[in-house]
Amino acid sequence: MDMKTAKKKLGLKEKYRLLTRDLGWEPSYQPKDAIYPYTQYEGIKIHDWDKWEDPFRLTMDSYWKYQAEKERKFYAIIDAHAQNNGHLHITDARYLSALKIFLQAISPGEYAAGKGFARMGREFPGVGTQVACQMQAIDEIRHAQTQIHALSNYNKFYNGFHGFADARDRMWYCSLPRSFFDDAMSAGPFEFMIAIGFSFEYVLTNLLFVPFMSGAAYNGDMATVTFGFSAQSDEARHMTLGLECIKFMLEQDPANLPIVQNWIDKWFWRGFRLLGVVGTMMDYMLPKRVMSWREAFEIYGIENGGALFKDLARYGIRPPKGWDDAGKALDHMSHQFMLALYQYNFGTTFHSWIPSEDDMAWLSKKYPTTFDKYYRPRWEHLKKLKEAGTPFHNMGLAKLCQTCQIPTVFTEPDDPTRLTQREVDYQGEKYHFCSEGCQHIFENEPEKYVEAWLPMPQLFQEPINGDLAAWMEWVSLVPGKDNGDFDGSEDQKNFDAWRDLAKSNQ
Amino acid sequence: MAVTSTKPYVGVPRDVVANFNGKQIVYVNWEQHLLFATPFMLVVEPGMRFGDLLANVVKPLMQADPDAGAVDLTKLEWRKGKSAWQPDFAATLAENGIVHKEQLHFTTPGLNTLLAAA
Repeated sequence: MDMKTAKKKLGLKEKYRLLTRDLGWEPSYQPKDAIYPYTQYEGIKIHDWDKWEDPFRLTMDSYWKYQAEKERKFYAIIDAHAQNNGHLHITDARYLSALKIFLQAISPGEYAAGKGFARMGREFPGVGTQVACQMQAIDEIRHAQTQIHALSNYNKFYNGFHGFADARDRMWYCSLPRSFFDDAMSAGPFEFMIAIGFSFEYVLTNLLFVPFMSGAAYNGDMATVTFGFSAQSDEARHMTLGLECIKFMLEQDPANLPIVQNWIDKWFWRGFRLLGVVGTMMDYMLPKRVMSWREAFEIYGIENGGALFKDLARYGIRPPKGWDDAGKALDHMSHQFMLALYQYNFGTTFHSWIPSEDDMAWLSKKYPTTFDKYYRPRWEHLKKLKEAGTPFHNMGLAKLCQTCQIPTVFTEPDDPTRLTQREVDYQGEKYHFCSEGCQHIFENEPEKYVEAWLPMPQLFQEPINGDLAAWMEWVSLVPGKDNGDFDGSEDQKNFDAWRDLAKSNQ
Repeated sequence: MAVTSTKPYVGVPRDVVANFNGKQIVYVNWEQHLLFATPFMLVVEPGMRFGDLLANVVKPLMQADPDAGAVDLTKLEWRKGKSAWQPDFAATLAENGIVHKEQLHFTTPGLNTLLAAA
């Protein structure tokens, strides 16, 4: 017996509405403000949450279908990678430093973003926004886990991967990304959206993603490439969420403009500082380079960012305050940071090294106005010291910026011979900054940054009290294995020995 | 400006001098000598003689730079924070007014082997 129904199958639009927008209701048992207590205090005014346009309109059935396909593929490939000793296909074991930094500094940020978006999914009253944020939260946890899985095979064979969680919590260079995410997570929900959803996932995302994933492809790292493909369509959704956030906020009320602009200024600068690590990785740590940091920023920062801010100009948005200073830093920052990592490499859980003549020739070509003039003399001197048996270890430890927590290695935008040293006295204490940008962020909300847990000063407080050996144990750094120069390391010896084994019958 | 918050928020600084077991932080910067990635972060006793700080702490840290041997630390131009400053080498850090997290700078004009091209 045929049962005839009058209703046709639901169209996509209707299905989406019934499964997402219509899930919410207007509260009547408790005041709305009590259920959503964080939507007013930042000063952002939203009049109509229904105006939120979720461009992807994903429901759970499609979401899991797409994600499951990607997961199946991903795990099949990394299994094959492990079974085939995929680690031996990388260009050179120096490449592993990029991966160690990624695992210690970036993957934890994925999980933090996951927590942040889960919180947004709870704190925003609009159903469309809630659903989009909740999905992004799951995406970010998945990214953290797939990254750890992708890199886990390298941990079987090489140093510096084992203690990544302790490094994340305790290592000095990891407080850069950690403070970035803590800052965003302790901000209000709207600032979080501009910080992570817009500034990081839209404006700056390509500067993180493309270098690492292309770097992996160029250097024979199938595991990381596979992660990249697995995350790509998630990132497309994240970018769209970020862009929708800013447009929504700006369209809801003109009063939102100055608040949003202030956040864009702050988070562009914090993001630019965070990405300095990527620049160093691109210019120094990839044995087979993709392009220079300068070239990457010209495409993904200046060109793409320029177009974006031109588009946003109709809302009254201007490019971020630090834009010009960022431009002036491009030809310097990667060198400054690598020189720092090298001289403090007794205290890193990844290797660094002096660039070879070939490396320096490439750097010279890519940075014609700065490398030979400012940085080659330092590298060559460091090489001389190493050859004399006295490789330089800077025991004078690093001064850190109170806001971004990076060692203050950066120079004045208009004078590359002088370190930028900004200082503020606040309630009887001195605070130091690497730049105008970081100083402004502090001055805007000093109470937030005075309590920063800065790793270098912390090293001299209880319980470590300046004992370097005790510190190494505490951060899970195994001296002689995880730290120091790549040249002469176990990683170098092992990689070369195993690769030889794979090619000969001796 | 206050932290954007739902109620008054007071941050507690983590790096107050009381946390350093009787010591304090002093930053020392050799201007335009960028072989050293950042100013040196020194953790020393306020009762230390400034001359001893230079001879026993700063001088050894400078040795990697090719100009180190040519520098007499007692014959230089100094800045404390943003202002020009004349140190009293016989007096202690405290007597010299070098407070916790003070930033000191010294300069060696005309002497800069690694920045000769600049």
